[in-house]
Amino acid sequence: MGDLKLNYTVDGGDLIQAGEASSKMKMTLKKLGLPPEVIRRASICMYEGEINMVIHADGGEVEVTVGMDTITIRLTDHGPGIPDVDRAMEEGFSTAGDVARDLGFGAGMGLPNMKRCSDDMQIDTQVGVGTTVTMQIHIN
Amino acid sequence: MNVRELAHVMALTEFIMPEPEREVSGGYVGDLLSWVMGRAQNGNVWLTIMSNQNVAAVALMAEVSCVVLTEGVKPDEALRQRAEQQNINILGTKLSTFDAAAVLKQLMR
Ligand SMILES: Nc1ncnc2c1ncn2[C@@H]1O[C@H](COP(=O)(O)OP(=O)(O)OP(=O)(O)O)[C@@H](O)[C@H]1O
Ligand SMILES: [Mg+2]
Repeated sequence: MGDLKLNYTVDGGDLIQAGEASSKMKMTLKKLGLPPEVIRRASICMYEGEINMVIHADGGEVEVTVGMDTITIRLTDHGPGIPDVDRAMEEGFSTAGDVARDLGFGAGMGLPNMKRCSDDMQIDTQVGVGTTVTMQIHIN
Repeated sequence: MNVRELAHVMALTEFIMPEPEREVSGGYVGDLLSWVMGRAQNGNVWLTIMSNQNVAAVALMAEVSCVVLTEGVKPDEALRQRAEQQNINILGTKLSTFDAAAVLKQLMR
């Protein structure tokens, strides 16, 4: 059986609507009957990544691959890139603006959450070009 | 205890309650969404004063049993709609966050 691929487009600028792609993915993973804890971790990874694309990068694309033993979530954007990834990974580091903060974002906890909820996380980024975040969640 | 029973004993306002049978286990207090995302446990009661649509998405991802808006805060219209679509329980209380957490802690013992 081949891997299942799910593709989502995330609109930039719409912080109120954000989370649609994650909600859809979660529903699909439930239908596939994956273990609840795996679904929860994948959903948190995807949501934090989706929100980051909306707040920091004006949207992007997500490809979720569901394989036999791994879920891979790849978020690609053409935003400003991350100048200092180590810094960005620190709990509490955030460049979010007032609009995002008023809605409850900007604690600087998203990337650390993604790291903790995934089994592997890789950030490929180039300033002025964009960012790709790839996370893997093992199914067993 | 389930969400309906919690609503009853704490005299909570039931804004949206599509899943009253959902079991309640412990609680989490917070208004910064990625703290909630990282720390709230499955089944927790989430106490917050945030009332925008993103609350429903976070509740769904973190799998809390219900959201309790404290301090008399009401959900905005977009949050109501999204909560209805996504089967998220949204309740409310006039209690302060501190008092609501204290009552909840008693109930959870
Ligand atoms: N896709 C991205 N493009 C550009 N910068 C990003 C991207 N994702 C994260 N960043 C940078 O990394 C910082 C830390 O991200 P993180 O998700 O941890 O926190 P946050 O989004 O600022 O707040 P929170 O996630 O707690 O709401 C961001 O403030 C931003 O500067
Ligand atoms: Mg973030």
